[in-house]
Amino acid sequence: MSDQFEPVIVGFLCNWCSYRAADLAGTARIKYAPNLRILRVMCSGRVDPQFVLQALLNGADGVLIAGCHPGECHYVNGNIKTLRRFTLLRKTLEQWGIEPERVQLLWASASEGTVLAAAVDRMTEQIRDLGPLRWSQKVLNGNGAAHPVAEEA
Amino acid sequence: MTENGKPKLAMYWASSCGGCEISVLNIHEHILKVDEVFDIAFFPCIADFKVKDVESYPDGYIDVCLFNGAIRNSENEEMAHLLRKKSKVLVAFGSCAYEGSIPALSNLTTKPATLDTVYFDNPSIDNPDRVLPQISSQVPEGNLTLPEFYNTVKSLDQVVDVDYYLPGCPPEPEQIWAVLQVVVGALTEGQPLPPAGAVVGAGTTALCDECTREKREKTIERFYRPYEIQPDPDQCLLEQGIVCLGIATRSGCGALCPSVGMGCRGCYGPPEGVYDQGAKMLSAIASVLDVGDESMEEAELESLIQDAVATIADPSGTFYRFSMAHSILRRVKNGKGAA
Amino acid sequence: MERITIDPITRLEGHGKIEIFLNDEGNVENAYLQIPELRGFEQFSVGRPAEEMPRITNRICGVCPEAHHMAATKALDALFDVEPSSVVKKLRELFYSSFYVTDHTVHFYALGGPDFVLGPDANPAERNILGVIHKVGVDIGVQVIECRKRNHEVIKMLGGRGVHPVAGLPGGWSKSLSEEERDLVREYAEKNVDFALFSLKLFDDLVLGNQAYVDLILSDTFTHETYYMGTVDDKNQINFYDGLIRVTGPDGKELVKYPAKDYAQHIAERVEPWSYLKFPYLKDVGWKGFVDGPDSGVYCATPLSRLNAADGMATPKAQEHYERFYETLGSKKIDGRYSPVHHRLATHWARLVELLYAAERMLELAQDPEITDPNVRPVVTNTPTEGIGSVEAPRGTLTHHYKTDENGILTDVNLIVGTTNNYAPIAMSIKKAAEGLIKNGEVNQGLLNQVEMAFRNYDPCMSCATHSLPGQMPLEVTIKDKDGRLIKSISQFLG
Repeated sequence: MSDQFEPVIVGFLCNWCSYRAADLAGTARIKYAPNLRILRVMCSGRVDPQFVLQALLNGADGVLIAGCHPGECHYVNGNIKTLRRFTLLRKTLEQWGIEPERVQLLWASASEGTVLAAAVDRMTEQIRDLGPLRWSQKVLNGNGAAHPVAEEA
Repeated sequence: MTENGKPKLAMYWASSCGGCEISVLNIHEHILKVDEVFDIAFFPCIADFKVKDVESYPDGYIDVCLFNGAIRNSENEEMAHLLRKKSKVLVAFGSCAYEGSIPALSNLTTKPATLDTVYFDNPSIDNPDRVLPQISSQVPEGNLTLPEFYNTVKSLDQVVDVDYYLPGCPPEPEQIWAVLQVVVGALTEGQPLPPAGAVVGAGTTALCDECTREKREKTIERFYRPYEIQPDPDQCLLEQGIVCLGIATRSGCGALCPSVGMGCRGCYGPPEGVYDQGAKMLSAIASVLDVGDESMEEAELESLIQDAVATIADPSGTFYRFSMAHSILRRVKNGKGAA
Repeated sequence: MERITIDPITRLEGHGKIEIFLNDEGNVENAYLQIPELRGFEQFSVGRPAEEMPRITNRICGVCPEAHHMAATKALDALFDVEPSSVVKKLRELFYSSFYVTDHTVHFYALGGPDFVLGPDANPAERNILGVIHKVGVDIGVQVIECRKRNHEVIKMLGGRGVHPVAGLPGGWSKSLSEEERDLVREYAEKNVDFALFSLKLFDDLVLGNQAYVDLILSDTFTHETYYMGTVDDKNQINFYDGLIRVTGPDGKELVKYPAKDYAQHIAERVEPWSYLKFPYLKDVGWKGFVDGPDSGVYCATPLSRLNAADGMATPKAQEHYERFYETLGSKKIDGRYSPVHHRLATHWARLVELLYAAERMLELAQDPEITDPNVRPVVTNTPTEGIGSVEAPRGTLTHHYKTDENGILTDVNLIVGTTNNYAPIAMSIKKAAEGLIKNGEVNQGLLNQVEMAFRNYDPCMSCATHSLPGQMPLEVTIKDKDGRLIKSISQFLG
């Protein structure tokens, strides 16, 4: 095992498109970075910004939100709302010192297993270059009482 | 000890502004009832008890302690621990103690940046030797001490266990009086208190419930700064593109700010069931930003949404105006001013 | 060296501790007022939209949020280079006058007043608003509560909330006054004038009519000769909302008069390692230490300073009382203006003269035909750059200085807050009082409270404008019969 920093990336993948893309990458035996921890949601529009922040607090070095291409959302426009929310979240996170590469949005349809794999590879290297985030340890200095919702991992 | 056995009341300010004390005073003639029921045990604003008096009390001597102000320095934290020990019921009174409030905006910057701006880098400073306040300093007569200024502002419940939260910056006097009546009822007639950990003196839903402005369909295309337009006095401010945090703020104040044409800034904290008020507001405002649809090309869609989002100035400082200490990430990573 | 610590100082707003060092003879070697708090508004405001500052900086002080709100609003006028219309200025000043009435009222009756009305040596348990009521009657207490109630109603009506108003905008105000509201405000202003006159009469009867108090006011222990600062209109009369900042010397001569935007040419701030609060001084004179006199750049900014820096009051009844104030305290006219009064305890009286002026001014504005004009919220389109705004806070000249980028996001903020102006004179007052009162190591609660009295007349910023509950202290009273046998022993808070 190398001593190289292995980014921990949490992924929120939508049931109808991007999660199926990940499944496809699996059945097609596409090799790609193992750093993504996948959570399946019915729609990328389900992703509350609090999930992203919680992930970053609990040890994630990055978060990937993946959904259907605009125009292909199973719920018509859930992913449009995702895009709006994500755009505002990105702007907000900039103010917190969190680099844009750490929180990304990807469109990947059910047949785009290679697109998903390539995106994960790319994101893993980008975050490897940025270094670990380790928010609780480095930014909060392990400081302050934990709140039930925001408990540290 | 006093022989009359009246319940003991304390009101202490940590890193605060005194607005909570004034708001208590604004219950006007009801203050005489408070005086009738309680003895003051510690209330530096108006009475001469000193810290060593509090240290001499038995544990639990104070029946109710209204603790306002955020935890900004070591003295604030020491007093929080002391008063927790000496009080039966500790109330996080007001927005600072509840979730950090305005002092916690300091979590959007850093301690070194703060000291630099205040003591070195401003138009009126005369400090060529770069003197900084010290926790311990020597003067010819002896040693003088100051509390340590923390890097991160905390809420009261991040340093001690809190029994109740009374939100607002400051809490409105009618709500304060309502809560005091419940406390008086409990102490004098054995009436029940709310469950421990409850938010008292406020509603459970969003501010929109109390606001009398007319609400139609929220389809906002862009936002305006409050001086860029003259909003209609009867229509929902958010619908007119004025940022108003009422949709992610707990009711209880009577929607005072929208009633004079200014958007809510969230001082009553998040509605029931929400922890991170700023993130919730972010999500809510993005949800009503009706820009772009599924028929557009991806690039056009992204560009339209970027432009609309650009009309929101300072998302962090606006959505988290009062709730930084209770935000999930608590503080920014680095940077001077988080512009 | 032996030390006495007063921690915290009480019956003011905010945090402070006093350390008094006694030498071997038991006399005061030195005394330090340390301010242990800092929040850093000048830094965390950077990155915020400038138009939010009236609603952010009002949280600097919940006792005088209206002052910060107003200074911030005026800084926005300058920042966006918009001249507020006549009705906007009058409406803001009307709001501001009502605030002055309630703030000065509370200080006199609940904070400074008890030390005076009851006397500095009164039983500490009674030396508060209730003791004042017992002495002068419960009707007075009700009047004080009613005064606060009606003026906070006006503040809420015009500013949105009773504490932390929200209506200030660049060039405007978000709420206008209806005819119905104006009638109510006028009625309240009339009551305010009556109440102010009554308060001055009370001061006359209880304080000026008592030789011991007059001696205390005139005593050297509570007297300092420094420079005085206040904002004046074009007739050199006091105006709380707007004007030029004027500084006069210990001899009464004008040192300098400048617009707010030039503040940094005239004021500089020093830092000591034993306090988080900075010490401003006059650059035109220079810092010579914590000393009195025309060569020392120490200045103060209080009601007393404002009366000294001005040539008179802009309303008739207040002007009468202004003249009476100076004549009574032995001031002589030199070059047409009264020589300054240096007795710091007289600040309590000066505050009541200002209370009367605020009430009269409020009435004038409430009767102005223009005041109900609904056009008070202009659209602003100029690109912001830099702006400085100042007002007279009850506790001193208050200056807000903002710089922004072209989107109006703040890049730099500097604030000189009311009481900050007074930090050096307060420190000097405390030291002189301690030296005068504590001798040969004899210390008791009463003497220490008199040391605290030395700062209370400045109504320090963080003023505790609250009140109506009894102050209590550790106390033991024993009652013995003529043969020395104990009949009864009463104590509180001894254990």
